[in-house]
Amino acid sequence: METISKSIKKKDHDSKVSGRALYVDDYVMDGMLYGRLLRSSKAKARISNIIIPELPDGYLVVDNHDIPGENCVQIILADMPVFAEETVEFVGDPILMVVGPDFKEVERILQRIVVLYEELIPIFDMCKSEMVFFNYNYAKGDFDKALEEADHVFEETFRTGHQEHAYIETQGIIAYPNCGRMVISGSMQCPYYVHTAVTKALGYDAKDVQIIQETTGGGFGGKEDFPSILACQTAAAALKADRPVKVIFERREDIAFTSKRHPSVCTYKVAVKDGMITGMGIDVILNGGAYTTLSPVVLQRAMICSSGVYKIDNLQVAGRSVKTNTIPNGAFRGFGSPQTIFAIEMMMDHVAGKLGIESLEFREKHMVKKGDATATSGKYYFHVPLPEMIQRIDELTDYRAKRKLYQQQEGRYRKGIGLALFLHGCGFTGSAEGELIKPVVRIRKTTNDKVEILTGNTDMGQGLKTTFSKIVAETLDISNEQVLIENPDTARVPDSGPTVASRSIMTVGAMLQRAAGKLKQIWQTGEEQIIEENYVAPEFMIPFALQEFRGDAYPTYSWAVNAIEVEIDTLTAESKILGAWGIYDVGVPIDLNIIQGQMQGGFLQGIGYASIEQIDYNAQGIIRNNNFSDYIIPTAMDVPNLVTKIINNPYSHGPYGAKGAGELPMVGAAPAYVEAMENALGVCLNKAPFTMADTMWVLQEVLNNG
Amino acid sequence: MVRFILNGTEVGSTALANERLLDVLRNEFRLSGVKCGCKEGECGACAVILDGRLANSCMVALGSIEGSNVLTIEGYRTTERFAVLNKAYAIVSAVQCGFCIPGMILASECILARNPNPSEAEIQTGISGNLCRCTGYKAIVAAIDTAAKEGQGLW
Repeated sequence: METISKSIKKKDHDSKVSGRALYVDDYVMDGMLYGRLLRSSKAKARISNIIIPELPDGYLVVDNHDIPGENCVQIILADMPVFAEETVEFVGDPILMVVGPDFKEVERILQRIVVLYEELIPIFDMCKSEMVFFNYNYAKGDFDKALEEADHVFEETFRTGHQEHAYIETQGIIAYPNCGRMVISGSMQCPYYVHTAVTKALGYDAKDVQIIQETTGGGFGGKEDFPSILACQTAAAALKADRPVKVIFERREDIAFTSKRHPSVCTYKVAVKDGMITGMGIDVILNGGAYTTLSPVVLQRAMICSSGVYKIDNLQVAGRSVKTNTIPNGAFRGFGSPQTIFAIEMMMDHVAGKLGIESLEFREKHMVKKGDATATSGKYYFHVPLPEMIQRIDELTDYRAKRKLYQQQEGRYRKGIGLALFLHGCGFTGSAEGELIKPVVRIRKTTNDKVEILTGNTDMGQGLKTTFSKIVAETLDISNEQVLIENPDTARVPDSGPTVASRSIMTVGAMLQRAAGKLKQIWQTGEEQIIEENYVAPEFMIPFALQEFRGDAYPTYSWAVNAIEVEIDTLTAESKILGAWGIYDVGVPIDLNIIQGQMQGGFLQGIGYASIEQIDYNAQGIIRNNNFSDYIIPTAMDVPNLVTKIINNPYSHGPYGAKGAGELPMVGAAPAYVEAMENALGVCLNKAPFTMADTMWVLQEVLNNG
Repeated sequence: MVRFILNGTEVGSTALANERLLDVLRNEFRLSGVKCGCKEGECGACAVILDGRLANSCMVALGSIEGSNVLTIEGYRTTERFAVLNKAYAIVSAVQCGFCIPGMILASECILARNPNPSEAEIQTGISGNLCRCTGYKAIVAAIDTAAKEGQGLW
């Protein structure tokens, strides 16, 4: 193990373990008002009238007329209004906010407001959508020729569902006017995203908007784009009231009306000649929901990794993100890749089955290695450690033997084991880092020789305060206690880019390492010194051209293998997880405990996605299971035997050899789980989540067919 | 007025009897270590120790606790037992976003108070009413196990 990997006490441990850490809902300001949103109860409608009762003193209604700048939330595009104007596009579309000193009175007022709608016909099924938000295509080689020359052609469609982030702290924002400026504090991943959005909605100069991240109770992507929306609404309310306004979502509101993972329908067409795949045609549809938010980038990542860890010379990929009248879907750990990795892994398994070749053996024959071209004609520049990871998981689980053993089972209880091989592209997709984000970091040495890290990146639990500090301390050869790091405040920190895309350590961490290296060279005891550092793209990369989807989409990749073993009770359709094993390559872990925590937490989240987490819409487009009784996330009892191992595979361009980590563990659990269910049930499956109800359907079919 | 013992001190609340204990603790007594995660008794973020048992304070009406003993993280963090748990949680970096942690620490106390040498399965069952979305629970289970071993005699 490298020295830097040795774990230290986390910077935020003491304040959190003692309950002293303050989250946004813990702040109360003088004269503070409480806000609550009135939302559309229709999935698609024209608003014909809004009847507002007489308001008691001190209460007010804030709507689109109160937006001094542009009534839109700048995310990538700006198609979502801050408050609805003439139409509403999903159940939950915000229409107005009621604000006042007593929260219960605010709720009473909300109940008495009447909205008259002229209902239009909504679209809920992504396959029936006529509005394509984003549409991309790319290819390499000659897929048509591969089809012509093929011995076999296989085609199959795979579906994945919504997933709710279920951070334990719900969304929350406080906004307050301060001498002609607007200050926003709250639970968020990306203070500068919020800054851009609020500046535009208020029509303010950038310098007159200040964003402060408070201790954030989990994000997982759910606090990447969504806080921009809530911040614009709350800022408009604070401006109109000229008082601080706080909005904290209740759990039901949070589940029903905030972004989710995009559901997908992926169709794979595979050409096989002489037992090997010679071509693949892939069609990806993502359900974008009512507004575009982050869908274009989610779709790009989904498409780029749609051929998984396999070398496919003749490849044709088409993708669309389409509009439906449902919640706008946004970022969620993995960001498009859990959907297509599910599809490719299931497809490889099914094709192997049809050819009569053992599934893992078939996949091993197609695996990429160092020097191979990527799907987008970039290159895998570094060692691909999959072979040794497969060997390790086989030793841990006895996968190959069990897989064979479980193929013929009788009796009530049946076991199954499944395996997934996967990768995750580290950092932003394509050339966004250098062309759009242009991150900047700053470190400041104080006169008493402490070193403060100034970045826009947030610690939402993933340990960034600790890992950033370790990188700087190690480089300067000073103690971790000498390094200071606070929650970012845009008035104090430069824009070092958002805290997303497994980029913080690899990209921003590398910039901090360089900054610390420079400070070390000019270190003057007792002097204040400031170093600023800009982003430099790794020199080896083939620039990515988004028009053609060609070039290096990512500088490097993290790799993983998952295996999951289940036991199904064929009488009750209950299944339990006997074991879940993950082997991960994230370069050099900057802190082993932190990386283990990321892998374990992400793996369990992935197992939830695979097995129990399902969003249930009714015919009116309303999410029916908007609470933790009905939207179930894993508890400590669900996967008693969860094993995660980290291998050491230093990345030459990352700080101390580190590369992307946070999203990887979320990506491969679903195919491993569903393959295990297939192995136990003896059928081919093609959807995730695969729930107890799905198991029941399969069992009934098997029984009916004798 | 409803009188009860809060973190060792006798207090009274004039809030309505049907108010959630969670809201009374947060709003009237400003105990912000008691977190609100769902208000439906599902997540455990608002857990307190009520007369020696773990309880979701969102599911407890103020009127039902006359004369009871309520312990929150603010009271518990002054104890020797907390010090042992604190250290055990730190060693394995069991705290990520931290929002579930006050409830999780109090759940840990209740597990160990009932059984000073719990098995892994007993720990998993003991914290199964406290949702954590960050950790996968492994580090938390390891921390409670470590605390049990290090805190011999305290529980």
